[in-house]
Amino acid sequence: MAQAAQTPIVDVRDLKVEFRRREQSVAAVNGVTFSLMPGEVLTILGESGSGKSVTLKALMGLVPDYAHVSGTALVAGKDVVGMSKDELRKIRGPVVSMIFQEPMTALDPVFTIGDQIAEIIRTHEGLSHRAAMKRALELLEMVSIPSAARRLKNYPHEMSGGMRQRAMIAMALACRPSVLLADEPTTALDVTVQIQILLLLRQIQKEMGMAVVFVTHDVGVAAEISDQVAVMYAGRLVETGTVYEVLSERSHPYTEGLLSSTVHGGMKGQPLDMIRGQPPNLAALPPGCSFAPRCNQAAESCHRVDAPSVTLGPGRLVRCIRAQPLLAAE
Amino acid sequence: MSTPAPYKVYMPPVPEEIRGGKAQPLLIVDKLRKYFPVRGGVLNRVTAMVKAVDDVTFEVQKGEVLGIVGESGCGKSTTARLVMQLIKPDAGTLVYDGDPVGAFRGISVSALRRKVQMVFQESFASLNPRLSISDSISYAPKMHGTPRAEADERTERLLRDVGLNPAQFARRYPHELSGGQRQRVNIARALALEPKLLILDESVSALDKSVEAQVLNLLVELKQKRDLTYMFISHDLNVVEFISDRVLVMYLGKVVETGPVDEIYRNPRHPYTKALLRSKPSFDPAHRTTEMPLTGDPPSPLNPPSGCRFRTRCAFAESVCAAKVPELAATPDSPPQHEVSCHMFVAGSGHSRAISGGLS
Repeated sequence: MAQAAQTPIVDVRDLKVEFRRREQSVAAVNGVTFSLMPGEVLTILGESGSGKSVTLKALMGLVPDYAHVSGTALVAGKDVVGMSKDELRKIRGPVVSMIFQEPMTALDPVFTIGDQIAEIIRTHEGLSHRAAMKRALELLEMVSIPSAARRLKNYPHEMSGGMRQRAMIAMALACRPSVLLADEPTTALDVTVQIQILLLLRQIQKEMGMAVVFVTHDVGVAAEISDQVAVMYAGRLVETGTVYEVLSERSHPYTEGLLSSTVHGGMKGQPLDMIRGQPPNLAALPPGCSFAPRCNQAAESCHRVDAPSVTLGPGRLVRCIRAQPLLAAE
Repeated sequence: MSTPAPYKVYMPPVPEEIRGGKAQPLLIVDKLRKYFPVRGGVLNRVTAMVKAVDDVTFEVQKGEVLGIVGESGCGKSTTARLVMQLIKPDAGTLVYDGDPVGAFRGISVSALRRKVQMVFQESFASLNPRLSISDSISYAPKMHGTPRAEADERTERLLRDVGLNPAQFARRYPHELSGGQRQRVNIARALALEPKLLILDESVSALDKSVEAQVLNLLVELKQKRDLTYMFISHDLNVVEFISDRVLVMYLGKVVETGPVDEIYRNPRHPYTKALLRSKPSFDPAHRTTEMPLTGDPPSPLNPPSGCRFRTRCAFAESVCAAKVPELAATPDSPPQHEVSCHMFVAGSGHSRAISGGLS
């Protein structure tokens, strides 16, 4: 897979998103930098309010008008930040597309699944309705929807949650995008269906050689799907690396806390190691490191000075003062 | 050593705490059933039945945590609501600590609700937005005749018990709290009447992982401190394993398997339980799930399959599975508390993989 001198398909530098309202401004994303090679899966792992969904939406220009976006976000070589609505409309679908958490609200209730998929193909590729419907049928078969021809004529409410999510994946893949953005696509599903969707995404991603940015709060899901993991806290990436590095080394205290407070097998009978307190208010971030008020290893300086981001290796980044001695030791 | 006292032994009335005795299950649920009618057509006649809970039988022992797991639509929440009598069961009996509920010489529904309290998933929706935190918590005790001063004092103690500083939180309103704090308030409110049994219906599911761990630790601590019994309903298999002593696995309104938590998780028998456990995301990227444990979605409880309800998704289904409903029974080679409802574990059931011989 690894070809020499590949250019990243997604290259985000110092992305900031601030929601400016009259009363207050909320800094949802505060300088996020990452890049993603074609055919790789990056998972942004974080709790609610960490800015993971906003980062994803910014990559497709889906933030509202009052949001102030700065930095650069190159998707397939084009900067999405500052792109006009017409330009955005052209890349949404063939270059970048998105699947959402709630398929019921993301699909249009008054059109059949087939019509909704065909519309995208007709718009972007100028095919006839009949040819587009044929492609839609192939897509439904690709996402393994049983009796696809019949399902083509179904309205969203006639399908179960898992089927709707498959239909939405089919829709997102309609124009063979090079980047797929997935915003917690399995959170609303049952475990037995969740694993089916994860396996399906993994298989399609490999077949199409597509890059995927996957957002989730579930460590288990991240372990199942990702090549790279970026842990996000208060609008910043606090730790990045390969899935093995992040899940086994856990160099940032927040990653450590998040992983040890996530219940999984063999933790019975002992109190859970937990992170004290709540995530910070994004409208009034603490000075210094945003995690310092909840960190059990915070030094006095953490509350005053922002933590530096320390590079431990290629693509391996930790934003914590404790990481510097780690580097010196090597 | 000492000689027996010459005076007559005074026998006090049986206190509330031990009225049924230690061995008496706190709750016995027998053949509980709820069918919701679906109406349609011009005459609005009943066209179908949603068999939400169908002949569910289980016991909750004193001081244990009974976990109930299953996919959406399996009837776990309906079971909780039926136990609380928030919806009226079509059939079946409930026995609370030896007293039949709502029956002659039994315990009345309102008395039951003082002993059994519930915490829901949506922390915001289950609090009255116009009542301050302290008013919400002290409402029920005051309605039940506790003097104002005593109720307020109890509220303060409860807030402290759930880890909220009364001086800081008592006068606040629900919208001023975070999700985790609101769920703590809901737990405090549920404890205000000093119940014996707490039904936790997906109570930690909507919380972030770091906050979920805090609330789980709190629940374990409160249980020890206050001698509580929990019915813990969740779709999260890891959380259920962490907190439960015994587990009930439900599928489409039926109990498919029940037993001690270690038995169920280490040695599952029912094909559905096995598939459910295999569906858990692995936490090790080196050992990812490669095969789909189950295909398709759970079927609708509207007109469920005949016989065994799992047969449409089961890899081992045979003709006997469609013809006969399997009974929930202990298997010959497992501890007696481990019960499973599958024809493969009944000798002579007619299933080709049925176990041979053993106890009948």
